[in-house]
Amino acid sequence: MPQLPPIAVNRLVKIYQTVPAVDGISFTLAPGSITALLGGNGAGKTTTIASIMGLITPTSGRVTVLGAEMPRQRYHVLHRMNFESPYVEVPMRLTVRQNLTVFGKLYGVEGLRERIAELGHELNLTDLLDRPTNNLSAGQKTRVSLAKALVNNPDVLLLDEPTASLDPDTADWVRGHLERYCREHHATLLLASHNMTEVERLCERVIILKRGRIEDDDTPANLLRRYGRRTLEEVFLDVVRSNGGESREAAQ
Amino acid sequence: MTLQHSLQQKSVVAASAQRISAMMLRHWYLLRSSWPRLLDLIYWPTVQMVTWGFLQYYIASNAGFFARAGGTFIGAVLLWDILFRGQLGFSISFLEEMYSRNLGNIMMSPLRPFEFIISLMVISVVRLSIGAVPVTFLAIAFFGFNLYGFGLALVAFFFNLMLTSWAIGIFVSGLILRNGMGAENLAWSVMFLLMPLACVYYPVATLPDWLQPVAWLLPPTYVFAAGVFGFLQLLQSARRRGSLMQSGE
Repeated sequence: MPQLPPIAVNRLVKIYQTVPAVDGISFTLAPGSITALLGGNGAGKTTTIASIMGLITPTSGRVTVLGAEMPRQRYHVLHRMNFESPYVEVPMRLTVRQNLTVFGKLYGVEGLRERIAELGHELNLTDLLDRPTNNLSAGQKTRVSLAKALVNNPDVLLLDEPTASLDPDTADWVRGHLERYCREHHATLLLASHNMTEVERLCERVIILKRGRIEDDDTPANLLRRYGRRTLEEVFLDVVRSNGGESREAAQ
Repeated sequence: MTLQHSLQQKSVVAASAQRISAMMLRHWYLLRSSWPRLLDLIYWPTVQMVTWGFLQYYIASNAGFFARAGGTFIGAVLLWDILFRGQLGFSISFLEEMYSRNLGNIMMSPLRPFEFIISLMVISVVRLSIGAVPVTFLAIAFFGFNLYGFGLALVAFFFNLMLTSWAIGIFVSGLILRNGMGAENLAWSVMFLLMPLACVYYPVATLPDWLQPVAWLLPPTYVFAAGVFGFLQLLQSARRRGSLMQSGE
C-alpha cells in the first residue's frame, strides 16, 4: 500500500469576500522532505499554511494532511503536527518548563518530564527552563517556540519565518537543528520564509506563489539554472517583479 | 470487540480530560505568577460589599422599618458578583489568550472547542472562588450578613447564576473571536445590560408592566427575586418573634 503524502493540496481556492487569496493551487509533499513556500506579501503563503493547519475552511478544493481532510478531520492528525510562527507566542508570564508542560499535555506527550529535559538539552534551554519566558532574549524565545513546536515529535512541521529577528549565529544554529530533526525523525517540513539563504540551505524544493497562484515549483538548483541566476534572491525578484508570462519565459 | 471499544472510549475521555487539565494548569500558573491578577480578583468584590454594607447601615440607622429592606442590598451585591465575576472569569481567561497571542497555538493544538469551553468554565469557578468566597466571610464579620443562610437555595442560585454567566461568557468570547479586540469592551460591559432587567436591587414589580415579562425571561431574575423574597420572609419571621423590637422598630 503506497504511503499517504504528508501534505496534499488539490486545487485549493480561498476567497475572502471577493478577493481570492489563494487561487487554485495544487502540490504534494513527499515524506521527510523540506519545502519552502516563497512569495511576496499577499501572495497567499499564510492562507495556504492556515488551510493546511485546518484553521481556514477552503472556498473550494481539498487539503489533506497525513490522509486526513482539513479542516473536517483535523483532530485525527493535529497531535502529529505542530507549527511555529513569529506572529504567535507562548504565554510570556509562564516559565519555559510550565509552557512546555502545558503544551506537552495538550498534545498528549508521554514521558513529558523526560521529553522536556531532552528538549532543554537539544535546544540549549536547560538553564532557562525555570525562568519566565518574558525574561529571555529574542533568540532564546525563538528556541522556546521551537521547543514547543517539537514537543510532540511532529511528523509534519509548519514553520513561518522560523529565524526572523535572530542573529546570524543563532539563525544558523536553528537551521542546523531543524535539518537534523527532519533527518532523524523523517519529518516533513513546510517553511514560509523571506530569508533566501535559509531556503537555499534547508530546502530541497521551492514553491513560489504570486497573487494566490503557483508561479514556479522546483529544486533550488534547477531554479537557479533555469532563471540563469546565482542566488535564489535574484530568482525571487525576477518572479515577483515580472508578470506571470515574463517570469515563465525567463525560466525557459 | 466490545472491550476494545470500551478501552478506546476510556482513552478518548482520558485524553480529553488531560487537555482540559492542561488549560486549567496554564491559567493556574498564570494566576500564581501574578499577584496583581490575584489582587484584582478580590479587590472589587470587597469594595462593592463594603460600600453597600455601609449604605445598609446608614439606611438602617436613619429610617424606619421598611428601610431595613436595605439588607437585601448586600445579599444582592454578593449574588450579582457571582453572576458578573463568573462571566468575567470566563471572558478574561479567554482574553488572556488573545493578550498573550497564544490563541493560534491553542487553535492549532488537539484541544477541541468544547474542551476549551469546559476549561474556561472551571477556571471561572476557580477565579470566582478566590475573589468571592473570602468576601462572603467578610460580609459576615463586618455586617453580620450570612449569604450561606440561604441554605440549599444558595446551591440553586449558584447554578442559575453560573450557567447564565457562562452563556454570556461564551457569547462574548465568540464576538471577540469573530471581531477581534475591538469587541473587548463587551467583556466588561455586556453584563450590565442585564442588571436593570434582572432586578438585582429591586422587585420585578418596580418595572413597567410591559417590561416585566422580559425580566421574567431572564434566569437570574428568579435568583434576585428569590433573594428579596427570602429577605422579606426572614423579616416577617423576625416580626413574629418580636426580635425587631430589639433593633429599633
